[in-house]
Amino acid sequence: MTRFHAEPIDFALQPGCAAPVWIGRAVDGDDLQRFAISVHRHGGRLAALWGEDRRLSGEGFRLHCVFALEEGHQWLSLDLPAENPVYPDLAGIFPAANRMQRATRDMVGIAFDGGDQRPWLRHGAWPDDWFPLRHDAAELAARAEVFPNLPSDYEFVPVGGEGAHEIPVGPIHAGIIEPGHFRFSVVGEKVLRLEQRLGYQHRGIERRLAGAEFATGALLVGRVSGDATCAYAWAYAAAVEAACGVAPPPRALALRALMLERERVANHLGDLGALGNDAALAFGLTQFMRLKEDWLRLNGELFGHRFMMDRIVPGGTSINLAPSALSRIVEQCERYGREVKLLRDIYDNHAGLQDRFLTTGILDADLARELSLTGVAARASGLILDGRAYRQGYTPPPPYAMLGVRPISDERGDVAARVAVRFDEIFESLRLLREITIGMPSGATQEDVVPVPGASGLGVIEGWRGEVLVGLQLDAAGRLARVHPHDPSWQAWPALEHAVMNDIVPDFPLINKSFNLSYAGADL
Amino acid sequence: MIALLKRIFRTGILTEPLPAPPEGAPTRELDLLQDEILRILGRALTIRQVDAGSCNGCELEIHALNNPYYNLEGRGIKFVASPRHADMLLVTGPVTRNMENALRIAYDCTPDPKLVVAVGDCGCGCGTVGQLFGPNYASCGAVDNVVGVDVRVPGCPPTPAALLHGILAAIKTR
Repeated sequence: MTRFHAEPIDFALQPGCAAPVWIGRAVDGDDLQRFAISVHRHGGRLAALWGEDRRLSGEGFRLHCVFALEEGHQWLSLDLPAENPVYPDLAGIFPAANRMQRATRDMVGIAFDGGDQRPWLRHGAWPDDWFPLRHDAAELAARAEVFPNLPSDYEFVPVGGEGAHEIPVGPIHAGIIEPGHFRFSVVGEKVLRLEQRLGYQHRGIERRLAGAEFATGALLVGRVSGDATCAYAWAYAAAVEAACGVAPPPRALALRALMLERERVANHLGDLGALGNDAALAFGLTQFMRLKEDWLRLNGELFGHRFMMDRIVPGGTSINLAPSALSRIVEQCERYGREVKLLRDIYDNHAGLQDRFLTTGILDADLARELSLTGVAARASGLILDGRAYRQGYTPPPPYAMLGVRPISDERGDVAARVAVRFDEIFESLRLLREITIGMPSGATQEDVVPVPGASGLGVIEGWRGEVLVGLQLDAAGRLARVHPHDPSWQAWPALEHAVMNDIVPDFPLINKSFNLSYAGADL
Repeated sequence: MIALLKRIFRTGILTEPLPAPPEGAPTRELDLLQDEILRILGRALTIRQVDAGSCNGCELEIHALNNPYYNLEGRGIKFVASPRHADMLLVTGPVTRNMENALRIAYDCTPDPKLVVAVGDCGCGCGTVGQLFGPNYASCGAVDNVVGVDVRVPGCPPTPAALLHGILAAIKTR
């Protein structure tokens, strides 16, 4: 049993070899709130929050909160009564809780006492007294067109003053991009405030996961956010493995890391191209899209899928690589190191580009920490936060423990910093890819997974965008009772609202792209 | 600037002959893509892409169409920012109920005669993934449950080659 910062909650370490997770129970709402305050005071963050209906097993509802301190994650749950389930509002401690609490209320019907009570994922497609993730909603939720799809009003926060006006954008945006609504309050060209309204991508993925077998669950979780499919598949596999007491073979872990790093490089290449393009350097887009295409083609050849979807499965991996495939990866990494270096020099020395990048969309470290931000954006605001790297009291999960990942960071917090972090992370990932490939262990790639009825598990993976979590609970038959996939975009969307403040409207596309957040990932 | 120009010169022209279709249909036709577009439209084909609920996997491949290998613009096809400027809607799904209305509006704003191409297993409602993401409380499922569809491009996600073939197939329906 472990305690954190003298708080009277006993935690037990989740068994297994994945990222360290301590599991504990809060006695009541005050207990939860006290622990949250303590985490906040010690520089921790809120990693995820979701709800679960446990009335089928004779209990009430359960609120799950995942916090993160230096040494790892604390998965704290709080049981709530079946009648009138309410818990204390945590958004005053962790602003990131705001949207998660509202989504939890919309989906499971457990309430929080105060703060922002507007709906989040529920627009007008189902009534406000019906909750799709309650077990008694299963039958209606599986059917289409049970409820009328009504237009819904949303109370945006108004901004007053002389000359202030609003620009509504979306849900359909001007490019090839996911849908969401942005409400800008501006004076002239200056953005006073941006407020997002999301939820347009809500496909009911958590409802589809309820009652599914492991294999079906893997297909669904692998499609929460397509660009981070490897991170999701690994986080899900880690959660299943933790619940069922399975340790994947070393070769499978190395292959997973190989895929995760290839996914990171592919996305960073695409983003760097798009960022050049948004600052009117079409050359950058062409060059990086060429590199990305070659990269994806090798994925297709070696892994049988350009984005490596469904290659990471509970127990291991569904693919293996021949020695010749490994040497092609090494060769490609060496070539890419040279090519990306060349392009970086061009970006760094291009006055027009730097003029747009520097001091645009600044997010400082204090704010990033306050918003529980993770990933590329957090590291570009000076936070040294990477689940793959060692830090005080924290040992990264295998195979990263053996690789000695160098966490990248940049203190400037602007678009230029987010560009620089991506460049540096590409070089670091290329190095990791070479190391993983050269040190690839031999042996099996798959371990049998036998479901353990009633078990639960949490998987945490440092995806290309940020930290991806999957929490799951198995039912009495060993099927998935409740799965919550959590995207880093939950925390990063509000950070984007802050980053654009006082910049000009024409810089928004550039700032937005420098974050490149997932709509589908957070809309579920 | 010199480095940049040198890079452009060294990279050269990468555009490839159009890739073979996924299931061995005649390849010759695609090489005539541009002629076909010119014959039917007399100008470039304009596409408005609408993501009505995808996981963003399909969007990654639609983006790839713009890379120099596939050279979409060079072949007389371009993406536009408004449905009012579009000949074709390229729609990914499953169509969420929160996007249902927006998709209908975009469809109504697209001038006739318009083409609609449904993209991906979810958008087409086919395959294991299309089944998994079928209609429920939050989703209308396949694109043709909401607006009329001319051509379907299945795949999870479909490759850029499959997308090109789907676009050509849609043009040939007219």
